[in-house]
Amino acid sequence: MAALTMHYTVDGNDFTLAGDCSSKVKKSLTQLGFDPTTIRKVAIAMYEGEINMVIHANGGFIDVSIEPDKIVAVLNDHGPGIADIDKAMQEGFSTASNKVRELGFGAGMGLPNMKKYSDEMNISTKIGEGTIVTLTFYTKKIR
Amino acid sequence: MKLSEVQNILNATVLTGHEFLNNDVNTACGSDLMSDVLAFVKDKALLLTGLINPQVIRTAEMMDIETIVFVRGKQPEDSIIGMAKMKNITLMSTDYPLFVACGLLYSNGLGNIKNN
Repeated sequence: MAALTMHYTVDGNDFTLAGDCSSKVKKSLTQLGFDPTTIRKVAIAMYEGEINMVIHANGGFIDVSIEPDKIVAVLNDHGPGIADIDKAMQEGFSTASNKVRELGFGAGMGLPNMKKYSDEMNISTKIGEGTIVTLTFYTKKIR
Repeated sequence: MKLSEVQNILNATVLTGHEFLNNDVNTACGSDLMSDVLAFVKDKALLLTGLINPQVIRTAEMMDIETIVFVRGKQPEDSIIGMAKMKNITLMSTDYPLFVACGLLYSNGLGNIKNN
């Protein structure tokens, strides 16, 4: 079966819209009959990534590829890049603004949560150019 | 615990989801930090929070959380209530602060959340 691919634009200017792509992907995976645990993992990891793209990187693009045994989400932004990935992966480390914190995010849990809920996470980043995060989820449980 | 019991215990106003008040809830999480909710809530839980922005609804959606109780008398905008309605998420509002609301539910038998 050929992979089903989806392409989304993440609007970096509107925090209220953050999560819209993850919501659409969650809906699609539900319609395709993936098991709820897989769907939840994909939704949460993608959502954290989408929030990061809005609060740190002024938006970008997300490409999702769905195959029966795996789901791959590539989150591509043109933000400032991540200066120290090891530090960014530490729970509690954050460069988010107070405004973002008041909204319930920016507590330094984004990347750790993405790693926690994905089976593989790869980060490619360049200062001043942007960051590409690739999340892979394996599943064999399709109806 | 039925959602109708939650409503009674917290003396809460139901903002949307009256049709789900007969549904059961097994556990709850009180937090104003959505990233923590995303990190630690495992089972389908009721969320108590003082935040009223759209990302609370989004967080609930991703986590399969079906009920949100806004504490400290917080009232979200109509657009947020509409968003929850579309996603079949029940919203309530109580005047109790977060600590008291959680304590009341816990002491009335609603379970807690096991972290990793």
